[in-house]
Amino acid sequence: MIDVDKFTDIVARFLAVSGKILPDDVTEKLAELKAAETGPLAKSVYESMFENQQLAAELNRPSCQDTGVINFFVGAGDGFPDLGKVAEALKQAVIKATIDSPLRHNTVAIFDEKNDGTNVGERAPFIHWDIIPGSDKLQIETYMAGGGCSLPGRAVTFMPSAGYEGIVKYVFDTMVEWGINACPPLLVGIGIAGSVENASLLSKKAILRPLGTRNPNPRGAEMEILLEEGLNKVGLGPQGLSGNSSVMGVHIESAARHPSTISVGINVGCWAHRRGTIVFDKDLNYQILSHKGVKL
Amino acid sequence: MKKVLRTPISDSDLDGINIGDVIYLDGIIVTCRDVAHRRLIEFGRELPVDLKGLAIFHAGPIVKRLGEGKYQMVSIGPTTSMRMERFEKEFVKQTGVKLIVGKGGMASETEEACRTYKALHCVFPGGCAVLAATEVEEIERVEWLDLGMPESLWVNRVKGFGPLIVSIDAQGNNLFKKNKVLFNERKDKLVAEISEKVKFIK
Repeated sequence: MIDVDKFTDIVARFLAVSGKILPDDVTEKLAELKAAETGPLAKSVYESMFENQQLAAELNRPSCQDTGVINFFVGAGDGFPDLGKVAEALKQAVIKATIDSPLRHNTVAIFDEKNDGTNVGERAPFIHWDIIPGSDKLQIETYMAGGGCSLPGRAVTFMPSAGYEGIVKYVFDTMVEWGINACPPLLVGIGIAGSVENASLLSKKAILRPLGTRNPNPRGAEMEILLEEGLNKVGLGPQGLSGNSSVMGVHIESAARHPSTISVGINVGCWAHRRGTIVFDKDLNYQILSHKGVKL
Repeated sequence: MKKVLRTPISDSDLDGINIGDVIYLDGIIVTCRDVAHRRLIEFGRELPVDLKGLAIFHAGPIVKRLGEGKYQMVSIGPTTSMRMERFEKEFVKQTGVKLIVGKGGMASETEEACRTYKALHCVFPGGCAVLAATEVEEIERVEWLDLGMPESLWVNRVKGFGPLIVSIDAQGNNLFKKNKVLFNERKDKLVAEISEKVKFIK
């Protein structure tokens, strides 16, 4: 039996922290991109971004007002106890973090169009499960899906004649038309599969991968690099105001497709990419992988 | 020298301000986003705040309630302005608002509004919500709380509010539109180059 109250409390505190401090890999990448900017406007926007992160940490406030609709991607070891209690505990953690952090009230009920201020509701928080055989751990990826960076999200199914070339064009079109407003530099997640919902889910998983990791297939890794370098040459710059880069990275996740279809999903993470990774053992000892040295 | 606009803003205050300039605001800025625009323009409901000569902020903040009618601004960054494009021309015409602050660009209807009725659209760096909150001196009042925290009209008194990067000036010039022409030119060439290297279906 796990101590559900203790688990809820830790997740709530971790959520709060993840809205105030960016993951280590994101901070490092932003510093690298900031240093590479040459224009005065791009440089000054990066200055504001870093000043903001410092103020958020000092004043203990959410660094961006849009703390998103909370998503959890759970890697559940089949030996982790009380898996049946985890979903409700995660929901309670969101309610608690909404008050304690505080988080912005973001869940609007479909059809009724009411926001009850709790940040939970129908299928909210959104929870996705993967089962990890032979593990007694519980790994939770938290993600604050903000409106600005959710807006460019889209998916389409092409005929195979469009090829991967069609995917390239689709990604570039989306980035110039929509990515420009989504707080670049962005982390671009691409899912490739045989249907739109498969591709979409994979595109979200792609942005939860740590920066600098590559698709395991050599062609996949090559395509990530080609897109990353290409999008940077477009030069969206911070906030789309033009500059020497556009993206923090491009990640591709894939699933075998149907011979007749090639589907692509796109999800982007904004520069304030509030992703967190926490791993619990069965005694609720935890390790935070995304934010080194952070105390809850 | 820092260029500072003070509310109420007059047409002549906007003379000599061009796209790409960085300015700051002293005075009143009211949060106003999706539903407030819809209520005024589509449903003809009168806004509970007179915006003549003032500024609006496309933003939905995190606010802490301190007591009866007392609030603290915790975190307030811009939201995507393009969502308000459908309504903005008529909104500027009806309200007499002079400064629109948000993030990302806006399009031809807003350009026309800025040119015809003399107004600016500016970008506050997105995601910089604590920076913006520290520039809010006081929340003077709030209206339409029935819309929930993000969508309510928060009336903020601000000092040195910025940096505000001018994206549409009062002549109707549009920084994002100009940038986009360049981005699209680069895009077409890059897509062609990369496509040659990903012909995996063969």
